[in-house]
Amino acid sequence: MTVGHVVVLAGTLFTIGMLGVLSRRNILIVLLSLELMLNSAALAFCAFGDMAGNLDGQIMVFFVIVVAAAEVAIGLAIVIALFRLRVTVDTDRVDLLKQ
Amino acid sequence: MIWDVLGKLLHAFLVVGLVLPLMAALMVWAERRVSAFMQDRLGPNRVGPAGLLQPIADVLKFIFKEDVIPGHVNRVMYVLAPLMVFVPALIVFSVVPYARGMAIAPLNIGILLVFAVSSLGVYGITIGGWASNSKYSLYGGVRASAQMISYELALSLSVIPIFLVTGSMNLESVVAWQAQNVWLLLPLFPAFIIFLVSSYAETNRLPFDCPEAETELVAGYHTEYSSMKFAIFFMAEYINMITFSALVVTLFFGGYTLPFLELPAGLWGTVLSGCIFAAKVSFFLFLFLWVRWTLPRFRYDQLMDLGWKVMLPACLVLIVCTAGVRAFIWPG
Amino acid sequence: MTAFFWLFAVLAVAAAMLAITRRNGVAAALWVALVFVCIAAQFVLMRAYFLAAVEVLVYAGAIMVLFLFVIMLLNLDEKEAARLEGPRLHAAGVVLAALFLTGLVFTVREAGLFEVPIGSQGSMLPAGETGNVARDLFLEFLLPFEIASFLLLAAIVGAVLITKRRLT
Repeated sequence: MTVGHVVVLAGTLFTIGMLGVLSRRNILIVLLSLELMLNSAALAFCAFGDMAGNLDGQIMVFFVIVVAAAEVAIGLAIVIALFRLRVTVDTDRVDLLKQ
Repeated sequence: MIWDVLGKLLHAFLVVGLVLPLMAALMVWAERRVSAFMQDRLGPNRVGPAGLLQPIADVLKFIFKEDVIPGHVNRVMYVLAPLMVFVPALIVFSVVPYARGMAIAPLNIGILLVFAVSSLGVYGITIGGWASNSKYSLYGGVRASAQMISYELALSLSVIPIFLVTGSMNLESVVAWQAQNVWLLLPLFPAFIIFLVSSYAETNRLPFDCPEAETELVAGYHTEYSSMKFAIFFMAEYINMITFSALVVTLFFGGYTLPFLELPAGLWGTVLSGCIFAAKVSFFLFLFLWVRWTLPRFRYDQLMDLGWKVMLPACLVLIVCTAGVRAFIWPG
Repeated sequence: MTAFFWLFAVLAVAAAMLAITRRNGVAAALWVALVFVCIAAQFVLMRAYFLAAVEVLVYAGAIMVLFLFVIMLLNLDEKEAARLEGPRLHAAGVVLAALFLTGLVFTVREAGLFEVPIGSQGSMLPAGETGNVARDLFLEFLLPFEIASFLLLAAIVGAVLITKRRLT
């Protein structure tokens, strides 16, 4: 188990999250994929922090978690508002400005 | 090394796999007897002395009942849900020091682990309610998730003053601090009240049992469950009660110690401390029953109001006050 | 250590793949929760115990429950929930993913990260580990900490405002 292994794992999770964002239309699953990406970044931070030998990496992870919590609260609120307005969670049907 | 690991595994198995379920079974008997006495009845008194073997009869009955899986459920999650409630309930107990020097996993982040794992318990209830694919169950599941998230806040915040005072998150050191100084109940009485009330909400017990409110929701999230799956939900609730009682005792009532009592060294001291702990826990378990058969159920909006508008601000005020006292009046 | 790393790594990747391919929102959310638990296990292997506890507590315990709550509340039917983007975006995604991963592995190898074992700086975290994190957080990173708290406050207010039916 080396720093490289953890970073590659983080990269793989990030890629999977990206694929989720690109290929799904359900906004809830897009949000979930975003969470995956944030988390993989946190994992990489922790690994690099370990390499640096101080706690800065861990503190960054802490902030990542805080930001993710805020993001989810707002994101889900938007999803609920969207669902009330348009009765859909499909990202492609949110196109009022286009029409 | 290998013997060390085996010994720990055996310890974990004995406590979590044997003693806890037995205690839970005993609690089921106690619940029925106590409720009977409070209602001027006798309760189960036929099987064994004073009806003590009644739980065994109950378990046998549960095992031999037909295990119905309704056709309209989401099968995988329906089957998984009871386990998802049961396993966290068992794990949480592992950090509690139940006798002198005896905890399955004496971790530095003990209490954090308690909250982390017990917050996973809500999955089982929510998923169980959702997978049952019935309206009552779904309502029960949705209520449970909202209620448990809300009260988890108050629960975890009410413990922060304890860290501020004792300077440790390790439950063993919290007990040691109390043995040296004073039970935390006295300096932190409001925290104790908040913790106790929140733990009632977390375990879905009356007066906060909205997720399974039988008068409105049939049986809430476990309406569609039968046989052993229902029994596992049931057991998990009682094991949670035991764990939270143990936590209240550990955090606020000096754990396995008594004031003015020097525990003798050696095996006797350990056994004695275990008995002290058991006695204190029994009292709080009795309190669970006492409250259940005395108070009516809160309405759901009242419950949410209490959680968010009373308990949460009270916790924050308490934390600021404790920190202030710690910083200016009584620096450690 | 290494065995556990591989166990949780494989589990995390598998769960993540399953999560983004599920039709059912609830199933996806549960798989993502499993990914978070695996990541928490990785934190434990890196001896970041506090982070592991916070990860499970906040992510698995609160954020994912919130997701589940919303998914159950909206109660979408399967067809609506399972719609996919068109094949062009799919292809673009796969190509991007392959490129990104290859580049990453190459860079990591060039940088020599595969030669740096975890914990190479020795035991940087003595017994009172959580205390150390707190000390750094409240002394060195006090300003970011305060900003983060403002961010949370803004998020709370925003969430309440957005979901309110009508402003009066």
